[in-house]
Amino acid sequence: MSIRFRENTDRFFSRLFSFTGLLTIALLAGIFFMLVYNSVSFFLNTEPIDFFTGFQWNPGNKGSYGILPLIASTVLVTFGAMLIAVPLGIFTAAYMSEFADRKLQKFLKPVIEMLAAIPSVAVGFLGIVVIGPGIAKLFGIQNGLNALNGSILLAIMSLPTIITVAEDAIHAVPASYKEASLGLGADKWETLFRVTLPAALPGLIAAVMLGLGRAIGETMTVLMATGNSLAFPDGYLDSIRTITATIAIEMGEVPYQTTHYYALFAIATVLFVITLVVNLLGEEIAKHYRKFGA
Amino acid sequence: MKKQKKHIGGWILLLGSTILICTFLVNIIFHLFSKGIPVLSWDFIFGYPTDGMTKGGIFPAIIGTIMVTLITTVFAVPFGICCALYLNEYAGESTLTGTIRASIRNLSGIPSIIYGLFGLALFVQSLKLGTSMLSAGLTLGLLSLPYIITTTEESLKRVPNSTREAALALGATQFESIRDFVIPQAMPGIITGIVLTIARVAGETAPILFTGVAFYITGIPGSVKQEFMALPYHLYMLSTQHQSIETVRPLAYGTVTVLILIIFLMNLVAFYIRYKFRENE
Amino acid sequence: MNNKLHTTDLNLYFGQRHTLKNVNIGIPEKKIVAMIGPSGCGKTTLLRTFNRMHDLVHDVKITGDVKIEDLDIYGGSVPVTTIRRRIGMVFQKPNPFPKSIFDNIAYGLKLNKTPKDEVREIVEQSLKESALWEEVKNDLNKPANRLSGGQQQRLCIARTIAVKPEVILMDEPCSALDPISTAKVEELMLQLKKNYTIVVVTHNMQQAQRVADEIAFMYMGELLEYGPNQKIFHSPEKEMTRNYVSGHFG
Repeated sequence: MSIRFRENTDRFFSRLFSFTGLLTIALLAGIFFMLVYNSVSFFLNTEPIDFFTGFQWNPGNKGSYGILPLIASTVLVTFGAMLIAVPLGIFTAAYMSEFADRKLQKFLKPVIEMLAAIPSVAVGFLGIVVIGPGIAKLFGIQNGLNALNGSILLAIMSLPTIITVAEDAIHAVPASYKEASLGLGADKWETLFRVTLPAALPGLIAAVMLGLGRAIGETMTVLMATGNSLAFPDGYLDSIRTITATIAIEMGEVPYQTTHYYALFAIATVLFVITLVVNLLGEEIAKHYRKFGA
Repeated sequence: MKKQKKHIGGWILLLGSTILICTFLVNIIFHLFSKGIPVLSWDFIFGYPTDGMTKGGIFPAIIGTIMVTLITTVFAVPFGICCALYLNEYAGESTLTGTIRASIRNLSGIPSIIYGLFGLALFVQSLKLGTSMLSAGLTLGLLSLPYIITTTEESLKRVPNSTREAALALGATQFESIRDFVIPQAMPGIITGIVLTIARVAGETAPILFTGVAFYITGIPGSVKQEFMALPYHLYMLSTQHQSIETVRPLAYGTVTVLILIIFLMNLVAFYIRYKFRENE
Repeated sequence: MNNKLHTTDLNLYFGQRHTLKNVNIGIPEKKIVAMIGPSGCGKTTLLRTFNRMHDLVHDVKITGDVKIEDLDIYGGSVPVTTIRRRIGMVFQKPNPFPKSIFDNIAYGLKLNKTPKDEVREIVEQSLKESALWEEVKNDLNKPANRLSGGQQQRLCIARTIAVKPEVILMDEPCSALDPISTAKVEELMLQLKKNYTIVVVTHNMQQAQRVADEIAFMYMGELLEYGPNQKIFHSPEKEMTRNYVSGHFG
């Protein structure tokens, strides 16, 4: 086998591999470009002010495209989800990291991974058949397809992420901190709440941000379980429609390249920016914690 | 006394949370399976929907899911492995490399519905592939890319540098050292990543909503340019859009059970490979 | 005496760190040259310059000439894979491939599509030359990582000489071995120098005294002194050399 052939093969593959690396940048750029391009087409026909401050999302003939109800819905349901998932997640992570013995840890980790493996449609289905009726019974209302349902389901979806990242963060707190605290006479609990958790704070915040990012971007769960009414939400027992659900519902039927079509890209861009910011923040904080951790 | 209170409080919070989470999982699985497993029968798994989708089986949805997942894998795996090889074996720490890594991180955080939109704009419309299994498969492929790249890179990192040096010192080209030693040694980890990706993709609905999935199809698609049925979408339709939601509820339970069983099975396979791999390390 | 390898004004930078400073060294043919010096003096860096192992590292700058006979190693006229066939390397920690003993040695030959029957011959011959044949001749298909440390290192030597290099670079080849294996490898080196030029980096001065024909003493990136074994150890020219070889600093 000639050296020339081997050298050429080597060079070919080296170039091929670099090319695929560049393609990932191209992919991100492509997605961003597609969103912006179509959003611009939208803003050429409507007033940005109306979009960002409008209280009505009502496409149709001379539709109004106000994004506020969608944002309010998204905020409502994800805030509720975090309210449930953050304490549960962090406490579970603390337990797994600091109190569970090896055997229990070996059992719990697969449990969390299994929870994470459940697809969003299945969780949404759960909302329809179990949690929704449960909520309806509890509050004496017609049906349970509302923001509360969505919050519970989104909490289930974000929990594995929060638990995993938080557990890493708590575990990474140097043993010396804990030893110092115990040496001073504090017990395990005081150490946990006054030393370990505060020390792990940047990592915990990162865990929350990542969980939040997941919750904001979820589609099927909220689509199936929150009612999808377009009115501006009134409270947790109200039916809501998030940005993601709106795109999912309307994209299938909207005619190509109409204002409505572009409007959906516009809200997708808003969604993209929100998740980007949340994820970047989470990353920055995580980077920060890595410096102090190990 | 105060310390006792704290202890009890602490235990309630921590152990309570953990137990709650475990019961979530158990309850979810129990509820879904208890109503779903009775529905599973030979006819259900291998039969076609009948009577206007109110009876029958979900075979086309199972096949559709398998086929679209296959397309995803064929597309994303080579792409992802090549990119991971570039990052771990060739790239130095330059701004370009940093940008690539940042892109991958950002791509992994993008909501799946936006991938669906991108697939619609790129594959369905621009490339004129239309709503088809191919469009959906490619869209899911893009969605899986960051995960495959990350898991592959982790596996490549675990291969000790001494092996690479030994091969190169004998006069192998970098490609040959990768082909003959790095990839074979990283293979178990790579395969685990692929299996886990398949498990995720099988349950994804949002990216396929406008790129090719359908509910009413009479048979299994003959070509990749046709629309197809898929388990997650089938579940979605049965539980929300169907005319007689109550009647088909059992079918929905059966569908979700099959879907979760397939996903759990894939996860078990991945666990097993990872376990055997760690044993040999 | 003609030099097999030599460098002219060789400077090497790892980023901003000036690791090799104006090194001018000539390695004579079919002799053993030992490179000694305290940790971090650059001896391993210099060794790896000869077979272009620094190509794998980013942010490395090399100025000056490195030649094998008349050929510029960094000139680009000959592919690096060819350079590495002519200049082989044995590493500090034995690194056999996760393959059988036979396949380990055959790998380099397979790269060049050496015919099968030749391969068998060369494998046997290399194992004999590395004083390993008798111990493994009935077990060639055994996985290489089941051999002892000393056997693995001799296997790595066999693997290196199978591709018939002219030079063998050895980077502290015995530091991971027990004394008996070390003795065997040192004995092997003395045999090998009949056919190969050997450059060995070692932090073990007694070892250098035992095997080397010539000694290169390096300190802080510079080649401080180079000369025959006896001279360096008994009447070195530089004070630093004298201090090092008499153990005044590590």
